[in-house]
Amino acid sequence: MFTLLQIELHKIFKRPRTYIAFAAITALIVIIQLGLKVDGKEYADFVLADLQNTLEINGKIINGYFVCYIILQLLLVHVPLLIALIAADMISGEANMGTLKLLLTKPISRTEFIIAKFLAAAIYTILLLVWIAFFALLASIIIFGTDDMFLVKNAYAVQIEKIDIFWRYIGAFCFAALAMLTVAALGFFLSNFAENSIGPIVATMSIIIVTTILSTMSIPLFNKIKPYLFTTHMVAWKEFFDVKVNDANETIRGSIQNADKIIRSSIVLIVHIILFVGASIWVFRKKDILS
Amino acid sequence: MQNIINVKGLSKQFHNLTAVNQLSFSVNKGDVYGFLGQNGAGKSTTMRMLLTLIKPTEGSIEIAGIDLFKHRKEVLRNIGAVIEKPDVYTYLSAYENLKIFAKLSGIRLSRQQLMQQLETVGLAQRANDKVKTFSQGMKQRLGIAVALVHNPQIVILDEPTNGLDPQGIADIRNMILHLSNELKKTIVISSHLLSEIEQVATKVLIIDKGKKIIEGEASELFDASQTIVEIETTNNNYAFEQLKQSSWNSFLLKERIIHPVLKMNKKDIPQLHKDLITMNIALISLQPKHSLEDYFLSITSNNQS
Repeated sequence: MFTLLQIELHKIFKRPRTYIAFAAITALIVIIQLGLKVDGKEYADFVLADLQNTLEINGKIINGYFVCYIILQLLLVHVPLLIALIAADMISGEANMGTLKLLLTKPISRTEFIIAKFLAAAIYTILLLVWIAFFALLASIIIFGTDDMFLVKNAYAVQIEKIDIFWRYIGAFCFAALAMLTVAALGFFLSNFAENSIGPIVATMSIIIVTTILSTMSIPLFNKIKPYLFTTHMVAWKEFFDVKVNDANETIRGSIQNADKIIRSSIVLIVHIILFVGASIWVFRKKDILS
Repeated sequence: MQNIINVKGLSKQFHNLTAVNQLSFSVNKGDVYGFLGQNGAGKSTTMRMLLTLIKPTEGSIEIAGIDLFKHRKEVLRNIGAVIEKPDVYTYLSAYENLKIFAKLSGIRLSRQQLMQQLETVGLAQRANDKVKTFSQGMKQRLGIAVALVHNPQIVILDEPTNGLDPQGIADIRNMILHLSNELKKTIVISSHLLSEIEQVATKVLIIDKGKKIIEGEASELFDASQTIVEIETTNNNYAFEQLKQSSWNSFLLKERIIHPVLKMNKKDIPQLHKDLITMNIALISLQPKHSLEDYFLSITSNNQS
């Protein structure tokens, strides 16, 4: 299994297309950071316009932590496309190149092969998030410095002390990794049914778009299915940045307002990953290799 | 001779299409087993079932006495294969491809050993070049190196000369003969070209519409004494008359009316050629064929019509 995984990683990182995602993410982050560095004050004034009449906000609003939050909000919507580019190509790409038949004439178990392939896609996904974390968080901290983070939610504002933020980002990135692994598992599953990668990539993105729309639409008809859609749970990383308050309306350091929501969403995502990967193994074991 | 591949009642159904129908055959150790049939006859499906790429609907395959589908990994350790096109990773070098497939075959070879294998197929000089820069023939040679990297006893080659130029075809033929004669490998090779199989096979099976048509020793099926010689001349009637009055009369096939056709031993062709000149017959062409070729072509033409 380790040898198979090693080979799969070697193949992924030898392909130029693998680096498109890293390059695209770097470019996007740099553009956002540059924009906020130049026009950050105007942006903060715009975001906090409604609150500035009722609240006095001291300190550096546009700091590294705040910038990272903005980047994640913008970026995590688009990262699934970059994940799908690789994950949905894992099986279909081999079928398209004709290498799948050669691989399966070798003495390797089909189950081990498919698990190694998914693990390689998962490692790629995690590395992509580590890359985002490095550029979005660490580079933003270096460029913008640190301070308390001030966030505006739907009906209220949240202020998190700067010493209480870093661990929240670690949690948020771990959760985001889980969400992106779900996308990878979906793309990987669809990859079993095609002999070129375009179909599974488009299908993965189509499913994400449709389910995201269903997750966000406030129509009673869809309310019953929303809890079962993985896209409903993919945004739960934001819960790490909602804190509890005490009776004096002061934030409680180290607290999370809806920790149970994070746990529930994590379970739903893990179940989706297991289902998609399990179904991939089942389909692939029975598959006739005709490519 | 020891039986190494044993196929019994093999069938494969794709929805309404029966690709392989109750096919049974056996391959002896050291054989070059030629699998012959027109396109769509079921050769590739059978080859893929021999490699577990396709699961049969019915039937069994035993390799060296072991059930292929129950002990897949164990059996495949002893098989190397090239299925149609030599598909390897074009964005990797020849060396990287060989290294990957050696590992997948369960063996670890040193750089020197891998280079030696590339040397065998004439690719050592291009070891570090990306495969996408290779010609079709070079890719095919790399595909064969990949198939043989773990020194298997059985080599399965499905249409290995497809898309190759005459030099490439000759290279593959010589390599098959080398594998069989020098390295004593058992080889199963498929093709839709009789001439290709004829030059290498020791045993032949003709398949059509998924069914076995004929199976036998190549020496019998390609019997030189049963060679059909077609003669085309400027005056076929004159040629007929001359041949009927000569010692060649007994070899003349009377039912052929367009131009003279003889059934004779291949080694007598030079004498026939001399006699035709002596008889003052103006020869346009003299074409030897095997009786099997006629048979094979009749199957093909019947199915195409």
